[in-house]
Amino acid sequence: MSQVFHPAANALARGTIFGGIFLIAAVAAGARLYHDSPYMTQQDVVRDQPVPFSHDHHVSGLGIDCRFCHATVEKTASAGLPTTETCMGCHALIWNRSPLLAPVRESFRTGEPLAWTRVYDVPDFVYFNHSIHVAKGIGCESCHGRIDQMPLTRKAVTLHMQWCLDCHREPESAVRPRENVFRFGVEKQPSTGSAPQHAFEATKPAGGTTETLTKADHTRHATPSGSDPHELVRQYGIKTHQLSDCVVCHR
Amino acid sequence: MSTANLSSLPILTEAPEAVAKPRFWRSLEERAGDEEIRDYLEREFPSRLSEWDDPIGRRKFLTMMAASLGLAGAIGCSSPAELIIPHVKAPENYRPGRPLHYATAVSRGGYAQGLLVTSYEGRPTKIEGNPDHPYSLGATDAFAQASILGLYDPDRSQTTRHRGVIATWDDFTSQLADERKRLDANAGAGLRILTETVTSPTLAALLQQLRERWPSAVWHQYEPVSMDNAREGTRLAFGRNVDSLYDFSRADVVVSLDADFLLGGPASIRHARDFIARHQPQDDRSMSRLYVAESTYTITGAMADHRLPIRPERIELLARALAQRVGVAGVGEVALPADVSPRWLDVVARDLPDHRGAGIVLAGAGQPPIVHALAHAINDVCGNLGTTIELIEPVATQGESLARLTADMQAGNVETLLILGGNPVYSAPAELSFAKALDHVRLRVHLAETEDETSNLCHWHIPAAHYLETWGDLRAVDGTVSIQQPLIAPLYQGRSAIELLATLLGSKEQTPYALVQQHWRDEWERDFPSRWQESIRNGTVADSQSAKVTVSLQFDPAQHAAPATPTTADQLAIEIRPDPTIWDGRFANNGWLQELPKPLTKLTWDNVAILSDHTARQYGVKSQDVIRIRVGDRTLETPVFILPGQPDGCVSLTLGYGRERAGRVGNRLGYNANALRPATGPAFTQGTIEATGRRYTIATTQQHWSMEGRDIIRVTTPAELHASHADHHEPHPSLYSEYDYPGNAWGMVINQSACIGCNACVVACQAENNIPVVGKDQVLVNREMHWLRIDRYFDGEPDQPETYFQPMLCQHCEKAPCEVVCPVMATLHDSEGTSNMIYNRCVGTRYCSNNCPYKVRRFNFLQYTDETTPSLKLLRNPEVTVRSRGVMEKCSYCIQRINAGRIEAKKENREIRDGEVVTACQQACPTRAIVFGNLNDPNAEVRQLKQSPLNYGVLAELGTQPRTTYLTRVVNPHPDLPQSTADRHQGTPS
Repeated sequence: MSQVFHPAANALARGTIFGGIFLIAAVAAGARLYHDSPYMTQQDVVRDQPVPFSHDHHVSGLGIDCRFCHATVEKTASAGLPTTETCMGCHALIWNRSPLLAPVRESFRTGEPLAWTRVYDVPDFVYFNHSIHVAKGIGCESCHGRIDQMPLTRKAVTLHMQWCLDCHREPESAVRPRENVFRFGVEKQPSTGSAPQHAFEATKPAGGTTETLTKADHTRHATPSGSDPHELVRQYGIKTHQLSDCVVCHR
Repeated sequence: MSTANLSSLPILTEAPEAVAKPRFWRSLEERAGDEEIRDYLEREFPSRLSEWDDPIGRRKFLTMMAASLGLAGAIGCSSPAELIIPHVKAPENYRPGRPLHYATAVSRGGYAQGLLVTSYEGRPTKIEGNPDHPYSLGATDAFAQASILGLYDPDRSQTTRHRGVIATWDDFTSQLADERKRLDANAGAGLRILTETVTSPTLAALLQQLRERWPSAVWHQYEPVSMDNAREGTRLAFGRNVDSLYDFSRADVVVSLDADFLLGGPASIRHARDFIARHQPQDDRSMSRLYVAESTYTITGAMADHRLPIRPERIELLARALAQRVGVAGVGEVALPADVSPRWLDVVARDLPDHRGAGIVLAGAGQPPIVHALAHAINDVCGNLGTTIELIEPVATQGESLARLTADMQAGNVETLLILGGNPVYSAPAELSFAKALDHVRLRVHLAETEDETSNLCHWHIPAAHYLETWGDLRAVDGTVSIQQPLIAPLYQGRSAIELLATLLGSKEQTPYALVQQHWRDEWERDFPSRWQESIRNGTVADSQSAKVTVSLQFDPAQHAAPATPTTADQLAIEIRPDPTIWDGRFANNGWLQELPKPLTKLTWDNVAILSDHTARQYGVKSQDVIRIRVGDRTLETPVFILPGQPDGCVSLTLGYGRERAGRVGNRLGYNANALRPATGPAFTQGTIEATGRRYTIATTQQHWSMEGRDIIRVTTPAELHASHADHHEPHPSLYSEYDYPGNAWGMVINQSACIGCNACVVACQAENNIPVVGKDQVLVNREMHWLRIDRYFDGEPDQPETYFQPMLCQHCEKAPCEVVCPVMATLHDSEGTSNMIYNRCVGTRYCSNNCPYKVRRFNFLQYTDETTPSLKLLRNPEVTVRSRGVMEKCSYCIQRINAGRIEAKKENREIRDGEVVTACQQACPTRAIVFGNLNDPNAEVRQLKQSPLNYGVLAELGTQPRTTYLTRVVNPHPDLPQSTADRHQGTPS
């Protein structure tokens, strides 16, 4: 009986099998890239807002504390956005004719609230609580990056579950003394890889870098020297074994 | 774990317990070992359960699939922007995401029940009891729990209507102004006001003001489930109007003559708490004893140590016989009805005087005044007046009767009728022909939350404000005043009764806030601002109780002849009671209450005629057969339900159904028992029944989730309790390794001696956890979604069984059978020992449900949650995920409350205190039957209870190690009176 396939078909078969593997791998890698891309995560994407509010100007420039506007960040799940009245507390006196602030004045006059676009949007089945993070020494910077240097607000991290878990499994990587929670760039070490950065690595001098952070974990920031993160975790009563229970965030 | 012991695992060695003769049973069919029921149980789920029986066709389904795929693609292109809308000015105490709690009060039959209402960002979402209120004590009943759904009911009336056409409030006030001129001219002739029970001091003052200005105007008052008989009885007994307060916490012996004092009444929460506190095994003294003589089975009967089923019209004979035995002067010898065992009466007649000053005899609201008077006389003779029973000045103000109003309307004496709340066209006894008489009234105005049967017959319909939307005041049973504080602005421009009256009077102040404030400013004379603040904050006005009254008994039973017993054999007693979940029909459009299984019948979405097995046989009918009931010339057709423990010759009906204009939920369910209700006097009459040959399907959950005859319930007596000791079970070896809980370990103990089966926890759970309503069709195929159900077990002979309630919810097994079978890890343990559902992982295999021995898992077979109706979105608890189709769910031990408690504790760097985390069911429970807490805390109440010899785990022999355990029910039978079950032997099946 003659052979059905020509011997050249062997090469084709080999090529198909191995090529198939590469193809699958390539598709998987592509999907992963797509999944992690800012297009999907909206990381570093600036959203339209009624007023082009600059954290850079208000925090770095004027030195206003986070809690002045986000007043409930230490008390409740939500950090809270400032009321129009809070804005007008200053802007009734300064920049009170700026056309950029017209919506604020309009809101104050009519009582119609401003509608900001949410930048950090966790899925509805995630129950995030600001107050407990702040109480346990997680700095604003750990999730919001160098928001003090952002002229326009954008998401500094992916908000992927993996990103949450990195820290929930190893809180030492992010915990800082409570007095530094609302400070930015206290001693920071830009990360190069995506692995969670360990605090002890981060005691290296930071140098004068500013906004050189580009990748997902650029926000993991260090603890100042002299406060051992393991000691802080113990001192703050952070129960690491519990932090990765599903119901800590989902219920 | 050692494997040497494998052969001793119960599963491997023991055959399943024989199921042929269960001691505890749930229905007559199950007891008789009915073939159909066996088949039903063996299927585990009814035959149609797994089928796609949504009334949606295949073609439609494919269309929808294509459309949703297309839409899904479109959505995937961009993530939708979500808005954050901060306030322009922050309200006082406002913290986004943190609920605030406000004290207010709800009316139960006109009397206040103090509440604390949870509000998220200005929308009330959950009702709790106010611990500082004497008639709430921190607990609530099912009605109060469900009233939050009433606020967001999409069928609420949303606009003023004049002759059915949309009108404005201004249109109405201009007509009222014309009326006012006319009334001023003729001193109010022809003006009638009809209200429900009035305890509100502001409303009473306005009514008084109205009568002073227009002396010819008359105020009538009508409450479908009224205390009229009790009031009349008190007048017979003491010669004047007084209210009685019962202190069950001091009562060693309680005798109820058809009084269901544990459910539905304005004082029932207080009664239940006090009664149960005394009806527990106690170290220092004996527990109290409850005798109940009643017709149909109520939850009070289920708590009785000795229950006597008796036809309602014979209660009077029993009361006379009892009065005569204990020595009430002037009661002649009475022939005892055949269904009263002389021994029962003997024991009661001895037990009452034996506990002089520590007894309570009380009569049911449906019993004629003479029974109430006799109860007072017995209490007087037994020295209970002034000790367990206190008499106070009447709390409610009394108006004229509905009967007089109807007569006047018929006579053409009524020009203008203002109906302020209530729905008399539906709820008035048919005998009165109220609807027909209404025709003779020139101007009819109805204030109501929905456009109901009465609105339909009135010229003006004014939408009423829900009690959470308006200011008001109410008095509790003991007279304590509560200021009703609104939680939200009226959703649909609703008005309140005081507002409407003030408008009619043309008062200067017309807003409810100003009216209530004005009343109390006048009342208190000084310190108004501080007293007002204090009253609002506490939910009660300090020192506002009714004054005590000392009166002596002036009752001569000799003047009241004993009733003749019915002679004709074919006359049955037709008894009409409020429904245990829908009450008088005011909750008919409340899906939570409609789907709430009624305590004894476990019936949902319908009312029935309850018959005893014997009577049903006599008339050749079975459960679900339709019968025709004839009372005089009026008839009513209803399905039959055979309930064990029902006295022979008695048909029990409930009110609240047969609504025509209740709304989408409540329309055309069941029958309207008002058709047969006597206009005045006792709530029973006589009639005949006949089979119609038709059948009607009713949805009862009593067979659902059967536990296959294992001994799930345990019962003991105080004597046995002292004699025996805890059965120490060696824990079975397990193949799975033990968990370690270094931190908290949550657990629950449910005291079955305290559970009265009132259902408050079931609705509380539903409200807290966003549990959907599924509808009658879905209940018929076991798809009800309640995370917490109350199993009802009968014990003994069908004519006189004992009844036990067992709340059944996720047991949070240490070795949870559900967790190991989940292929996607959607259900697993957390580090504090609760078994959790992770909804976003669940793919809906339902393996977990199949493997759950307690049958407490619930599956969203269809899209049950209404995600589109705007008003219902406001209702949801934002702390709990709203589940959609295809997801399994179950009791989470209120994980959102645990998390909230943990976060607060951790912020303060401390451990969670005992009692800081309270589950929704525990918080609602009137009798504190549910205790939840940290098992690792040596001082926690839950841990102490777990040490009790009464503590046991249901099906613990399976090795599931349930975190929820039960305390054995303790009953206290009189030594001289055998219970229907002679054999009280208890033990585990192993």
